[in-house]
Amino acid sequence: MSIEAREARQPWILLSPALTAVTLLLFVPLMFIVVYSFWLRSAVGADTMGFHIDNWQRALTDPFYRYILWNTLKIAAITTVLCALLGYPAAYFIARSRGNKLVLLVLLMLPFWISYIIRTMSWINILGTSGALNSALMSLGITSEPIRMLYNEYTVILGLVHFLLPFMVLNVFVSLDGIDTNLEDAANSLGATKWQAFTEVTLPLSLPGLAAGALLCFVLAAGTYITPLILGGPRDAMFANLVYEAIITQLNWPMGSALSLLLLFVLGLLVLVYNRYLGMSQLTKGLG
Amino acid sequence: MDNTKRYERLRERYRNGDLDRRTFLGLIGAAGAAFGLHTPFAGMARAQGVSQVRFDGWGGVVSEAFRQHAFDPYTEATGITVVDGTFAGADEYLAQVRASQEGEYNIAHLSGVFDYARYVGFDLDVPLNIDNIPNMQYVMPRLIEPYRLVTPDHLSAVPYNYGTTGIAYNRAHISDEEAREKGASLLIDDAYQGKIGGWSDWRTRVWYGALQTGQDPNNIEDMEAVWDAIRTHRDLALKYWASGAELMSLLAEEEIVVTEAWSGRVYALQEQGHDIGYIDPPNGFGWQECLFVIKGSPVEACEELLDFMLAPETSIAVAEGQNYPPALDPQKVDLGDKIPTLPAFDPSGTLSGLTFANPEYWNGNEAEWSEMFGRVQRGF
Repeated sequence: MSIEAREARQPWILLSPALTAVTLLLFVPLMFIVVYSFWLRSAVGADTMGFHIDNWQRALTDPFYRYILWNTLKIAAITTVLCALLGYPAAYFIARSRGNKLVLLVLLMLPFWISYIIRTMSWINILGTSGALNSALMSLGITSEPIRMLYNEYTVILGLVHFLLPFMVLNVFVSLDGIDTNLEDAANSLGATKWQAFTEVTLPLSLPGLAAGALLCFVLAAGTYITPLILGGPRDAMFANLVYEAIITQLNWPMGSALSLLLLFVLGLLVLVYNRYLGMSQLTKGLG
Repeated sequence: MDNTKRYERLRERYRNGDLDRRTFLGLIGAAGAAFGLHTPFAGMARAQGVSQVRFDGWGGVVSEAFRQHAFDPYTEATGITVVDGTFAGADEYLAQVRASQEGEYNIAHLSGVFDYARYVGFDLDVPLNIDNIPNMQYVMPRLIEPYRLVTPDHLSAVPYNYGTTGIAYNRAHISDEEAREKGASLLIDDAYQGKIGGWSDWRTRVWYGALQTGQDPNNIEDMEAVWDAIRTHRDLALKYWASGAELMSLLAEEEIVVTEAWSGRVYALQEQGHDIGYIDPPNGFGWQECLFVIKGSPVEACEELLDFMLAPETSIAVAEGQNYPPALDPQKVDLGDKIPTLPAFDPSGTLSGLTFANPEYWNGNEAEWSEMFGRVQRGF
């Protein structure tokens, strides 16, 4: 075998364990879900096999699913914007700090050491009727009765921002950290104010990191079901909650499969648009 | 155990439907080859017998009581290990069982009527030989009847405990008199808007919707009225709870002052000193739980384990741990001091005061109602 041929094969040999894992653990199960989405649920008993488009027809035409999907995308978008607004200054501060950058990054990663569910539930102890905030307000005489703050859409968004903010900060930080600070100095020496140097030089250069963080936050927020379950009221649900209910509560695996694939397509479309205009390299850099 | 006994056990499992023909013949072949060759492959012949049985339940104090009073003595007597698993919800567990291989799951602590019928519907039941479970003689016949309606020619489970889903209320806000007077309508009383809770379970919502509209939960005639009652409750409620722990937290923290609740959980709150009242309104929701043997399990070993679990000392310890009365007939067994004080306990052993769900009726409507509730819950 020639050296060229051997070199051409080498990447595939090295990649083969990962490709096998992805095929067996992701692609094959996904195909099962695709097949399942065309089956029909029986009232009681085993599902009806075959090729039926009923589930897809309902998922695409039923206003109920459209409403929940729209609401999910809305909540994910609000969460992403809030993460960007809160995360950018934090990332900027870390990137421009001297000496203690590592400590700040460790502090940023600390929440990941605690279960996401526990972190979400902690808001109940903070915002509840007898939680820390209400107790403080009442003991300071600001309110005479507890204010109802929990179990609504706002607390769902709050929980999501709490969960996703570190993802945004990390991505923006990676982007900001790679920008040569001499560029800002050069802008200043040419007569730009600090604010102008930031808006004309630093911000545009850090946009790819901001976009990568936004994509991650949006996709993760749109796929969540724990946060609305814990912090939402009776009406608050996101699309993943419908998938959970279809599969677990209603035992309607075919419909649940169709719904989960629909969400996958919508979010996949978003990733494709991102890749078309910004490329995935920024995303992997942020994750790295 | 001799080889003849091993063969008989294998044949018994095959006849009970626990093994398919191909596996049975394969095992006979493997056993024959192993016997003939005396090689290390002998270990592959599963005709060697049962080495472990898996039990899945709710965990916590129930699990500890089972371990101490049933599993360890059972292992000592038979040499069979009991693997103790837990699940968070019956729906989630059924999804796991459906996705598993036969024999992976053996015995589960399930809802006695709904789940029994659902498991039978999915062909997950197995005929038990009741003669192998002597402690069944102590079980109240009223609790066995619903299973006979689903599987007239056999039982795939033994009843284990019962309870009610009644109305729990905070006595600092609602008096016992008001609760008794209003009954199920207390849950749709707009005087308590934003202080009302409810279980996110579609069956409970529909059951209470029926009570609030003056209908028989086992024969609902005006379903639209029920959905309207559920919508009213939804708009007044602060939160639908999804677990017993969440229910207790919401009541204890006074986030809500009235909700449906499981009798055992309310008793636990009362034991902790919370001033929580509890009533079962007329036609209140009675339920029972069972120990279900899943298809593909080693039946004889499971029957023996069920007998250990049904033994009075085990049943009483579990009942005292989880605060739900056992399935044992108080007319036949002395249940001690605590159990007669538990909510829903019936000293007569007839359970004539409780209304149980008709599994045929409810499971027949499950597909439509569970999906409809999902929509109503979200404002449709």
